[in-house]
Amino acid sequence: MGRYFAIRIGRAALTIVLVVTFAFVVLRLSGDPALMILGPEAPPEVLAAFRKAWGLDDPIWFQYLDYFGAIAKGELGRSMRDGRPAIELVLERIPATLALTLPAFAFKVALGIPAGIYAALHRGSGIDRAVMVTAVAGFTVPSFVLALILVLVFAVQLGWLPSGGQDSWRHAILPIATLSLGGAAVLARFTRSAMLEVLGQPYIRTASAKGVPWRKVVTSHALPNAAIPTVTILGFMVGTLIAGAVVVESVFSWPGVGRLLVVAVANRDLAVVQCILLLVALTMVTSNLIVDFLYGFLDPRLRAKGAHA
Amino acid sequence: MAPLITIKDLGVAFHGVPVVRGVDLALRKGEALGLVGESGSGKSVTWLAALGLLPRNARVSGSVRLDGRELLGAPAAELDRIRGGRVAMIFQDPASALNPVLTIRRQLCEALALHRHLSGDAVKAEARRLLDLVGIPDAARRLSAYPHEFSGGQVQRIMIAMALAGNPDLLIADEPTTALDATIQAQILELLSTIRREMSMAMVLISHDLGVVAENCDRVAVMYAGRIVEEAPANQLFADPVHPYAQGLIGALPPLDGPRRRLTAIPGTVPDSARMPSGCAFAPRCALAEEPCGRMAPTLAPIAEDRAVACVRAEASRRALLGIAAE
Amino acid sequence: MSGPLVEVSSISRSYSMRSGMFGRSTAVHAVDRVSLTMRKGETLGLVGESGSGKSTTGRIVLGLEPPDHGEVRFDGKPMATPGTPAWRAQRAHMQMIFQDPLGALDRRLPVAAQIREPLDIHGLGTPLEREERVRELLRAVELTPAHGVRYPGALSGGQRQRIVLARALATKPDFLVCDEPVSALDVSIQAQVVNLLADLQAQLALTLLFISHDLRVVRQISNVVAVMYLGRIVEIGSADDLFARPEHPYTQALVSASPAPGRRSAGRIVLAGDPPNPAARPQGCAFHPRCPRAVARCASEVPALSHVGGNRQVACHLVTGPQAETRDAA
Repeated sequence: MGRYFAIRIGRAALTIVLVVTFAFVVLRLSGDPALMILGPEAPPEVLAAFRKAWGLDDPIWFQYLDYFGAIAKGELGRSMRDGRPAIELVLERIPATLALTLPAFAFKVALGIPAGIYAALHRGSGIDRAVMVTAVAGFTVPSFVLALILVLVFAVQLGWLPSGGQDSWRHAILPIATLSLGGAAVLARFTRSAMLEVLGQPYIRTASAKGVPWRKVVTSHALPNAAIPTVTILGFMVGTLIAGAVVVESVFSWPGVGRLLVVAVANRDLAVVQCILLLVALTMVTSNLIVDFLYGFLDPRLRAKGAHA
Repeated sequence: MAPLITIKDLGVAFHGVPVVRGVDLALRKGEALGLVGESGSGKSVTWLAALGLLPRNARVSGSVRLDGRELLGAPAAELDRIRGGRVAMIFQDPASALNPVLTIRRQLCEALALHRHLSGDAVKAEARRLLDLVGIPDAARRLSAYPHEFSGGQVQRIMIAMALAGNPDLLIADEPTTALDATIQAQILELLSTIRREMSMAMVLISHDLGVVAENCDRVAVMYAGRIVEEAPANQLFADPVHPYAQGLIGALPPLDGPRRRLTAIPGTVPDSARMPSGCAFAPRCALAEEPCGRMAPTLAPIAEDRAVACVRAEASRRALLGIAAE
Repeated sequence: MSGPLVEVSSISRSYSMRSGMFGRSTAVHAVDRVSLTMRKGETLGLVGESGSGKSTTGRIVLGLEPPDHGEVRFDGKPMATPGTPAWRAQRAHMQMIFQDPLGALDRRLPVAAQIREPLDIHGLGTPLEREERVRELLRAVELTPAHGVRYPGALSGGQRQRIVLARALATKPDFLVCDEPVSALDVSIQAQVVNLLADLQAQLALTLLFISHDLRVVRQISNVVAVMYLGRIVEIGSADDLFARPEHPYTQALVSASPAPGRRSAGRIVLAGDPPNPAARPQGCAFHPRCPRAVARCASEVPALSHVGGNRQVACHLVTGPQAETRDAA
């Protein structure tokens, strides 16, 4: 068991290191920060002074280590726009994003999983086909298109809901709906195929052959098995809670992390971009770790592998 | 003696394509019936249909009566009482026949709770007794193990224990040893025959292996392309097969001792169920086929007190066989 | 029949397998000091249950994996290093067919093109000659050119195995390893393929290593049969009398476990215990925990394969030469 998780935690740490390195490379590839910030007309002595102040004249490996050391100490740099620590800027946006993504996650699960199970159990029925068509539409239509359609219908045509801003809970409805529908579609399709796969397994027939009523075959034999692959996609969805609303936040001018990222990229506010990247990597890696733990819990075949030795 | 279970004119079709046609079978209490045939002959589908275990897209017609009560179209609750209760079934692939995420105890006790209404300590004691009975050592401890912790032969023993949970009158064993090694196959077959004797339980042994069926059954029915083509007491079928297909199957089996002979292979392949030839389905591969064989599918007709064959050339076939024997 | 084509001397192969996620790795002896000799035009049958090492032996003999110890000589020469031109030249003379023909064929190519492929690879003949050779091979496996234009999915299991066989024969090999070639086929089709293999073997003077768990099929096609248990050969002898008079207790159990029409199960030897596990190989004779006749010596001392009269060799402390010879004389 210990080894199983040691390997996974090690892998998670490696992922973080790679993301941090990637951020460093991107930072450097995007050009000489001194030139970009001071402009090409700046006198050479000023540029040199800037480079010295920011350590840009040190050897590249030294800069890399230095950068790493800073991150390890939690120093993620300052926004070049207003000089505030980047981490602060990002952290203060997180509640706004979670206000969208958490309810959206709940809706995805509450809509997608039952729809998928129902469709699998009534394969080929009208409802199955309706769920599948909706699901395909749900994840082929890009979220900005869906967002615009929702705005057109509910804000412009019907005038029931505001089309943007963050003044009341009513402002959150359309962004949450946009996020939920796409995710629910993905989840429904995934749950349906996981369920169909399990329902075709010989042990389901064994359960029926020993006289287990169909309802119980589904709940106590099929669902625990179908949960194993479904957990993967749920984990992925948890991983996108922080930064999964970039497009939707932009469309609805919702002041969350996603919108901050768009603005920071546009302004070349590299410390902020890097900070968000790191945060995304951390949430992704953490949710992956949780999925791995859950696997061990749900699937005795994995659990036993650790316990035997 | 009144038959335990009677199948009459059973037909099964998937998406309009018939895979089982006009099957009649009857089984007395305590009797062992073998059902042989190659893949796609409909031998498993027949019994899955009888117990209502086929997916919904299967069209099942005819009649299946257990002690006179019709099973086809019976309410789900009644079928659930019969399945695992009076009629139990075990399957071929031990690796996937048990639920991988549930302990053996859960799966075994589930059957006991359903059919014997046991609970608490009684159910655990009975689960232990059943595991002991089928020869799983250290039963008390092994109950909390998961299926993947057992070998294929052991899983098949556990499947048998589960099947016995409801004290069935009939066990349907669908290729129970096909996936197992020869020495383990021998163990499982011996276990089945011991249990059958002790519990005077009837058994249907579905197998592609003529030898397995011959050794373990009283009576054998041979299926080809969804129909029963010959039915006879086991010893008579192997000593004196009448249907050309039954003869072909036996001739295709290499002998284990005595002089080696060239195998009498049946030419061609099993017809696709969507493109069945009109008339006798075996006619295109049959050496004795004549013009009438292509006109109408022969029905199973008695040729002796306890034998029946579906072949218009049965007489000729018998003579041909005697001719071979005289050589 | 003449001198040996393939000589396998005392090959061993072990894998390291980790038990559990942080367990020690244990050595699994898949094949342990196996020696075999195949004369030209002869068929050697290799029987055993899962875990007996029969397939690994087949792969080593064909040079698909190297032995840890021991040596395989083909036509008097040691096996060339895989990947070298010498190895490719040698490989054209030896081919292998497996249990699953669908897995061995490319579903997206007509089967004739797949039969032709080895001819293209080894650059044999002009394009026209290759076409002719493909037709000839299809005829040899009792199929028609009409079958050649089909895709694997449109053929039956038996026909696919014929295609695999035709492809294996394309380079006119001297030596063919067949690993469970008919196990996935129905009895009636199995008989067709067994007959075909026997015919081709006689016509082309092929040397065959025929690996199967099915005693009947092995006996039907082989001249000599070797029985393997947990990586070792426990008995070897002529196909005609090995199963009629098995000497090793394991062979006896195998024969007895093989169901026969017209015989009831009375008097069958049913071995106790689980199938052998190569990762937990018992000390002494690997078969002793399941052997109904085992004595103290069996638990400590590994029996060597020794001649017991005729061309029979048995690895069992309880089967000794003189005793067997008396039986032969009787």
